[in-house]
Parts: sequence; C-alpha cells; structure tokens
Amino acid sequence: MSDVVEQTLSVLPGLLGQHDPGAGPGGAGGPGRVSATSRLGSLIRSITALTSKHEEEKLIQQELTSLKATVSAPTTTLRLMKECMVRLIYCEMLGYESSFGYIHAIKLAQQGNLLEKRVGYLAVSLFLHENHELLLLLVNTVVKDLQSTNLVEVCMALTIVSQIFPREMIPAVLPLIEDKLQHSKEIIRRKAVQALYKFYLIAPNQVQHIHDKFRKALCDRDAGVMAASLHIYLQMIKENSSGYKDLTGSFVTILKQVVGGKLPIDFNYHSVPAPWLQIQLLRILGLLGKDDPRTSELMYDVLDESLRRAEINHNITYAILFECVHTIYTIHPKSELLEKAAKCIGKFVLSPKINLKYLGLKALTYVIQQDPNLALQHQMTIIECLDHPDPIIKRETLELLYRITNGQNVIVIVQKMLDYLKESKEEYTIINLWFIQTMNSVFSVGGDVVHPDIPNNFLRLLAEGFDGKEDDQLRKYAVQSYLALLEEEDALYPQKFFQVMSWVLGEYSSLVTDVDPEVILTKLHSLLKKTFVTSETKAWIMAAVTKIASCTSCSKTVDKLIQEFSNSLDAYMRQYAFELKHLCEDKALMRNLLPFDASCNDMVVDASLSFLDGFVAERLSHGAAPYKPHHQRQEEKLSQEKALNFEPYGLSFASSVSSSGVTGRQSPTGLSFGSDTSGNSAETGHKETNTLKLEGVRKLWGKEGYLPKKENKAGNENEPQTVSCGSLLAGQVGDPPASQSDQVASLSEEDKEKQQLASTLFIGLGSNAGVSLMGKADTATQKFKRKSKINETQNSEEASDFQNSAVSDFGPLLDTVPINMDDCEGNTHTRLRKASLCSSDIVEDSLAFETPQLLKKSGLDDRLSDSRLSQLSLFADSNIEIFQPSPSAQCESANKTPLVPSLPEELEELTHSEVVELCQSDALALYLCKVWTDDSLLLTVFVSNKTTSALNAVNLVFEEAEHFQILESPTYQFPVIEAQNVERCQKCVWMNKICTQGILSGSVNYQSEMETRLEFSITLSLLDFIRPMEMTTEDFGRLWLSLSNDVKQNIKMSSSQGSLSAALNTLQQKLKLCIIDIIGNEGILACQLLPSVPCLLHCRTHSGMLALWFRSPCSALPDGLLYQCQKVMEES
Amino acid sequence: MIKFFLMVNKQGQTRLSRYYEHVEINKRTMLEAEVIKNCLSRSKDQCSFIEYKDFKLVYRQYAALFVVVGINETENEMAVYELIHNFVEVLDKYFSRVVSETLTLL
Repeated sequence: MSDVVEQTLSVLPGLLGQHDPGAGPGGAGGPGRVSATSRLGSLIRSITALTSKHEEEKLIQQELTSLKATVSAPTTTLRLMKECMVRLIYCEMLGYESSFGYIHAIKLAQQGNLLEKRVGYLAVSLFLHENHELLLLLVNTVVKDLQSTNLVEVCMALTIVSQIFPREMIPAVLPLIEDKLQHSKEIIRRKAVQALYKFYLIAPNQVQHIHDKFRKALCDRDAGVMAASLHIYLQMIKENSSGYKDLTGSFVTILKQVVGGKLPIDFNYHSVPAPWLQIQLLRILGLLGKDDPRTSELMYDVLDESLRRAEINHNITYAILFECVHTIYTIHPKSELLEKAAKCIGKFVLSPKINLKYLGLKALTYVIQQDPNLALQHQMTIIECLDHPDPIIKRETLELLYRITNGQNVIVIVQKMLDYLKESKEEYTIINLWFIQTMNSVFSVGGDVVHPDIPNNFLRLLAEGFDGKEDDQLRKYAVQSYLALLEEEDALYPQKFFQVMSWVLGEYSSLVTDVDPEVILTKLHSLLKKTFVTSETKAWIMAAVTKIASCTSCSKTVDKLIQEFSNSLDAYMRQYAFELKHLCEDKALMRNLLPFDASCNDMVVDASLSFLDGFVAERLSHGAAPYKPHHQRQEEKLSQEKALNFEPYGLSFASSVSSSGVTGRQSPTGLSFGSDTSGNSAETGHKETNTLKLEGVRKLWGKEGYLPKKENKAGNENEPQTVSCGSLLAGQVGDPPASQSDQVASLSEEDKEKQQLASTLFIGLGSNAGVSLMGKADTATQKFKRKSKINETQNSEEASDFQNSAVSDFGPLLDTVPINMDDCEGNTHTRLRKASLCSSDIVEDSLAFETPQLLKKSGLDDRLSDSRLSQLSLFADSNIEIFQPSPSAQCESANKTPLVPSLPEELEELTHSEVVELCQSDALALYLCKVWTDDSLLLTVFVSNKTTSALNAVNLVFEEAEHFQILESPTYQFPVIEAQNVERCQKCVWMNKICTQGILSGSVNYQSEMETRLEFSITLSLLDFIRPMEMTTEDFGRLWLSLSNDVKQNIKMSSSQGSLSAALNTLQQKLKLCIIDIIGNEGILACQLLPSVPCLLHCRTHSGMLALWFRSPCSALPDGLLYQCQKVMEES
Repeated sequence: MIKFFLMVNKQGQTRLSRYYEHVEINKRTMLEAEVIKNCLSRSKDQCSFIEYKDFKLVYRQYAALFVVVGINETENEMAVYELIHNFVEVLDKYFSRVVSETLTLL
C-alpha cells in the first residue's frame, strides 16, 4: 500500500505546485514555481470562489479554450507546456475532458528536461489508460529512459511502467527492468519490483522465468524492496499456495522481525512497526497455512506474538488484530490461538466504537463458518446490531446471518433480509426491477406452497410503499411485468400468483398510461374463462375488474363480462357480476367506493352498525324476533336435538372474520365488507348485554374500532408477557434452563424480545443447542427400554404388580415425557366396569391399552415397537375372548343384555372411547366407538343384527355436514349381516370448519319386507380432532414467530390447581395438548387440529392467574381451544 | 485493492481524485457526486465504511474535507482508514504546516 501513497503523493506537487516541496519523492524535486504558481493557484482559487456548478463549467470551458490555443501553438515552449499540462490535469480531474492535450503530454515526456519530463509522465499516467493507443508512442521514451545514467530518469520510467504500460510491449522493456533488480540503489530495485508486479498482474506468463529473482528481492537487505516483493508473493500464493510452502519460514522470520521492531523507525506508524506490511504478511501466512497442519505449525508462535504485541489501543492495531484473527481461523486450528482470537472478536463486537464493532462483525461473519458456537456467544450483540441505526452495521449483520442460515431459521432470516431491503430501497433504484423479478420467480416457482404470508406481505409492501416517486415506479414496473406475463396465452401460474397479479393490476394498472385499460380487462376476462383458475382466484380477478371498471367510463368488456356471469352457475360469480352491474350504473358512487390507491387508508367502519338501530327497533316493534348470534343459534339447535344443554355458551368463532375484515380491501371479500362485519358487530352487542362471561370474551372491537393493537401499546399488565415465551426458548440455546429462568426475571421487556429473536435465529447452531432437552428425552427412553424388557419377562400372574411398579416408575418422568397417566387410569376404570367377564384379564387389558400409548409418547424406537408387538401378541392370546365375542356367546346374552360389540385388536390398542349405543330398532342396533388415531378421527359404527335371519344390503349413509368432512365416501354398504351378528364400518372424519361441537347425522336403511330406515346422529367435539403435537423447543419458537393469529386470555386458577405443572397436566390430559417445555412459571404446549393445523399455547402463571396465549395459522382454532381450556380449568 | 482516492469538500466539489482503474471521465463526475452524497448522509456516530455498488468506501472527515477511498472486498477497512490518516500526516509533514491551511481553504 505504501506504493499507493507514493503514487498519490507524486501527483500532489503538480497540483499544489505553488508550495516548495523540499525534498520530493524519488528526488524529482518540486515543480517550477514562477508561472505555475500564479496560473494554477489562481485557477484553483477562482474555482473555489464560485458558488454554482454552472459558473464552474463556464470558467473551465474558458480555461480549456485558452489552454487548447496555447498547447497547439508552435511557439509554446516546453516550460510553458509543462505549466499548461498541470492546469489540464486539474481540469480533467474536475471532470472536463481535455483530450486535445494528451499528445502534448507524451511529447513533454519525450522531449522535456528532467522536471518537464516528470510532469509529462505524470500527465500521461493520469490521462491515458492501459489500452489507449497513444500509449504506444511512449514505449520508446521509456526504453530510452530506462537506459539512462540519470537515476531520476530511470525512476520516472519505472514509475510509469508500474502504472500503465501496454501489455504487448512488455518484452521490449522486460530485460532492462530485470537488470534493475540488481541495481545498487534500493529505490531502483524497489521500483523494478513494482514494475514486475504490474507485469505479473497483466501478463503472468511473461514473468514466469524470473521467479527466482523475486526470491532475491524478498531477501533484499532493504526493507522497501522486500515489502514491494510481498505484493507479488501475495498474488502468486493466492493462485497457487502449494508452490511456495518452502517460503513459509522466511515469511515467518520477516514477520517476527517486523513485529519485534527490527525495521528502521521510518516504517513506524504511531509507534506500530510497519502495520501495513504486517497485514500483508499475515495474509500470506493465512494462505499458506490453510488446510496444512505442518505449515501452520510454523506460524503459531509468530501469530501469538502478533496478537500480544498488538495490544495497544489504536485503530491500526485493530486492523492488525483483525488480520491476525482472520489468519488464525484460516490456518489449521490451534485451540489456544482460537481462544485468544475469539476473545479478540468479543472485544471488537462489544466495543462502543462503531468502526470496531463493524470489524468485529466482519470477523465474526468469517469465523462463524468454522465455529458456529461463537455466534451463540454473541447472539445478543448480533440481535442488537440487527436493529442498529446504522444500515451498514445492519447489512453486515445480515451477511453474518446469511452464513448461519439453516433449514430451521431460514424463514426468520429471509424475513429480516426483506425488511432490510425494504428500508434500503430508496437508495438502490435498480433493486425495484430486481425485486419484482425475484418475487415473480418466487411466486411462479414456489406457487401455492409458499407461505401464505408472503403474497400478503408483498402486496402490503407495494401498497404501503416507501415514499414518493419510487413507489409508483415500483408499482408501474410490477404492472408491466404482469401484463407481459399474461401476454402469453395459456400460461399456467400458481393460483396465488394469479391473485397477486390481479390485485396489482386492479389497484395500479392506471399508473401505466400507455396501455388501454380495455386491453387489461380483456386479459382478465379471458383469464376468468380458463378452467384452471379456481373460484377463489376468480374472486380476486373480479375484484380487479371492478376496480379497473371504476376508472373507465364505459367498457365493452365489462358489459360482456356482466352479461356472461350474471347467469353463471357459480353463485359467487353471479353475485360479483350483479354487484359490478349495479356499480357500473352509478359511476360516481363507484369511484367513491373504490378510490385510487387507497388500500392503505384507514377505513372508518361503524362496527356497531348503529345506523341500523332505527330499522331494528322498527322491526322489533312489529313483532320480529330479536337477533340471535350464530353460536347461540348453534347451541339452540343442539339443545333442540338433544335434551338439555348444560354447557355454558361457547365463544363464537365468527370473530375470526375480524382479521380478514381489517385487511379489507386487500382481499376480494372487501366488496362485501359490510356483510362480514354485521355478524361480528352483532356479536359485540351480544357480549355487551351478556355480562356473565365478560372475562372469557376477547374484546376485539370497541368504539374506536379494532382494539388489539392499542391494547398492546398500552402494555396491559394482565396481558401475558409477550416475550416470556421467547426467553424461555432462548434459555435452551446457551445456558441450562434453570439458571436462565432467574435471569429472565431481571431482563427488560426489550431484552426478552431480543432473546426471543435470538432463539429463532440461532436455532440449530452449534453442538450444544438444545442439549438439555435432548438429554431429558434420552434418559426417558433409556429408562423405558429397561422397563419394556422387564415387561417381556413378566408373566400374567405378576402383571398387577407390574402395573403398580410401572405407574410409580413413570411418575417422576411425568414432567419430561408427556404421559397421560391419569387418563389411562380413567380408562382402566371404565374398562373395569365394562369388561367384567374375566377379572384376571383386566390388568392386562389396561396394560395393553396403556403401554402402546406410553411408547408412542416417549419417542418411537424400533426396538421398542418390536417389544410392543411381542407384548401385544402375548396379551392378545388371553384377551381374544373379550374383544371378539364368539357368536355363541352372543346368542346366549342376546336376549338379556344388548350386544355390546368391541373393537378389533388393531384398533383396541389406539386410544378410543367407550362403545356407546347410537340407536336401536327391533331388528338393528347401532353402536359407535370413536377411535382417536394419529391422523384422523376414526368413527367405528357397529351394526348389530338382532333378528334371527340375515339382513341383506344394509346401507349406512352419513349426511353431509357443514363442519365435518368424511374422507372417502360418506356411504357404506354391508352386503349381508348374518343373524345375531355384528358388522362394523369405519369412517375417517376431519373437521372442516371449526366449531366447539357439531353433529354428524346419518341413517341406516336395509331391505326387509318394507324399506326400513333408522336415523342416528353423532356428536363430535373439537377435541375429537385435536392431537398432541410433539416438537422441540426450538421448533416451537420458530413456529411461534411465523404464526399470526393470536388469542390471549387470563383465567383464574382454583387453589387445587395451584401450580403451573398441575394446570398444564390438566390441559394435557383433557385437551390432548403436548407439553413441550416448562421453565419457571412458563410452559409451552402444542397441538394440532387434524389434518395438520398447528396451534401453539404459551402459559404463564402469575398471582393466581393463568395467562394463556394461543397462536395458530387458523384464526378460529385459538378461540375454540381457549373455550375448551376455560371449560376444563373450571371443571377441575 | 484500492480503486480510487478522493478528496471532496462538503459542497461536493472534488478537490483531488486519483483512479487506479480506468473510469470514463463523465462517469467519474457521477461517481464522485454519489460518493460524497453517501458520505454526507452519515452522522458522526455511524461507521466510516459504506457499501457502494460493488465496492466499499472508507472515508474520513477533516474539517470540511472528506477523504474517501474506494476499495474492493479484499481490503482491510481499518487499515485503509488509517492509511488515509497516514496520507494526511504525510501531506502535513511534506508541506510542513501549509497543508492544514490549504486543506481548509479547499
């Protein structure tokens, strides 16, 4: 780098020519002072005095004109030429081309005396570039000067060669320069090395033969020459490190000497010996020691020494330390050094000096690939830097995060990057194009599997914009790119992408003025007719058409479209068409309703629908029935069908609409916004009048509108601590959880939030991540293995003993392995009552039921499942009589007690309900057993033939239900049911639409003398479809952040439930939630609604209250679960 | 690798420029304008290194004068940051005290 300084310095005297330079570099001496002083000086002064760019331009154009006249005049002396050249350089430096002077610069270098020649060379090096044709004219001069006996001339020639020289002319000067390597003057040797470095850079092959001479330069007695040769070596070693391993010793010795202060004092910078030289050497060592233990061995000492010596607090030592750290982490690792380097990075990262922090982050970014644990150590600092006011620090942090991205944290990191992109977009205009293009490819490739938030966020980004012109340009570009994409006939894109396109076209197509809206409408119209477009997408397209139609006066396409879809079979389409038709009739209203670019404006919605009060009062006075909210109607319907309903009124799930209602115009449902909210506001009305359940009601709407946000800001004390969950998670990453929970208490809210972020960012990093959890699980399984072996050896006589021991043995594990012990016992009891046929089998029966469940919970292990199988077969032998009653036994009992069928053994081992009677007739009896399999609710319906003759063609039909979905077909036919026999059919059911309780009804009909039909109904509860969801704490944290719908509620705990773990166990047993982790007064649980909608729950106890906080991708699910939680907590 | 070396005053006027890689003259003016815009937009408590296009800018402010160095990613920012200071110290020594006056005058 010292050559750079020198080169730059060599420019200066020419510019600031008026000052006497004393001894110039290379002994060239200062430029003449007489005329140059006044001319250049006054030029600079007059330019500085000017205020506007325009004036400057005028002045310089004048100057250039006069200069042009002067230099081309034949009478101009070289001395004057030199003076002109200096001014030309200055003009060109200010950005005004002065190419007319180039040739004169070369002439000056050729013909002038020492001083004039120097200015000539200087001008040439500044005016021309490597491939400039005029450069060839210089070659002869250079050759001549290289051979000169005047040292200064040789120096000048070498300098210009090291700056610019045509590659094809290298052979002409190479031998001369080679000779200079042996020159007696060190400055000549140094400049020769610099020239050769230049040659190596532009034509490495041409200097191959002089590699030996480079070695000589490296060992030159002059430090300057040695330093210059390092440039060449760094370059060569970069390209081929294996060829220079033998030089490692030399480099190490040089560094030792430099660090030890053996160089002349001139090399010191702020009393640090040759810092830039040290950096250069450290880089070389890093390259040499990479992946080479033997070579690395040689440099450990000197690196240690460098670290030690660089302890003074000065920027330049930081620069050296940074390089040291870089080298230490590049070469074959030595733990002692790594430790010191890590400490050093820590010092940097934690430094209040911003430049040092930057350096620390940069070092960390590099180091992290070798040692991810270091990131864990500094995770909080990294999180802080992520929100640093300086975008550069932020960017560097993102770079760091990018290096540690893995499958588990990718979502959070990408989100952070997008946030950054959003902030920095004003600065980078090109990113607009890039951004839209990238999103296009994300949508078209990722398609319908992309996270649903992504299109929403993207649209919000477009809509909210940043500021001013940029936004419109971004939008315009988006419109253009989508139009281009739609240009292609029959192009097949994912539905989500079509939806994004139609929204953008609808909102912003008017920005693009050169495209006729009719063209866009035609495109959308043709899209509507495509078969691959789903009805949801059609809704988006219709919304877009409506918006575009509001901007145009009249459109044939719109008319055609209205006509076409007014008769559509799709009721929604028909409605949209009619809406559009009516809107088109009143353009003013339409424009009012659909203002341009107002998607982000807050909409004032009279949520209470007070304007309807008069109407309602009138209707009531006319004897109309008061409005009943949806859930009330549902309950009533239930109570009509069944006898009495003792359950408290459930929460309504219609409130979930509120979330979509808020986004309003972003969704196509925006058109029918009013109808959405009506149900909702009536809800509030209901809540207000019904003061009984205020505590359990989430207050969503208030006089000012939608509430939750404001509540958050107010920081309600009763709210569950928003971050406590995260802190709990963060605890897993570093320290053992016990000590962490104490720390947590003292941390501020903000810190906790950061920790939460940390847990999601540093997930899956380092070996000790999640160790504590894994440890627990392991011990559990180990204990279990031992147990199950005993199991096998037990015989049936000892079985009852065993059960006791098993229960006590598993007791202590309750906290770690979610075992539903109470539940199991409960089942045992019911079984005891029912299966009173053979008492000796009871225990085994319950065991057979219980063991597989335990096994399932404690992590599936092949060996375990093997042992389970053997157990089952063992028990099955003795149990077979109970489970599958033989026909003869049935005959005997048929007259006295109704035949109670039981499940086949493959289902018996799963958790299931009792077998209950559904309905009976003279001929048939129907029984039902719910089997809660892992992936569905399996309804097993037993049809028992009570008659003495066989029944043919018995049909079982389930009616279509609003809330439930029967997989496969809803019907089942038994070809024949023998007399006194039981047949069964199984149906898998999912919950389609969330409700607390619903009814699935159906009927059985069969052919006897006349058509006989028997109706039945099955009550299904939300809990039938909830399954525990097992995951790690880290996964939980990640998932938690990605979910948007949340519901919070505090419920009172009765004294019997005192502790958190008791409460959690209740939830686990009754609601089939899976306890993920408990730390201090916080616990996290997870479950899923079949087939796979997760719901996460974070619990926290404080002063007798249990703060529940649900999150789920499905908005209604948390409400439903909250209701169930309240119910079970009240019951217990 | 150092790409260019600039001295620009707060008004955005270039006082010294040196390019170590060829850049078209008209592009230089644009680049300098953007570089100084970037530097001026930064406060004292922000770090002295900026990302700019494919290179980094390392800058130091001396009164009304900015010294800005454009480097590529192989360079050690802190070393360059100190190089700037070294350069200014050398100027100071070379022209004795005159330079500080000259610099402020610029």
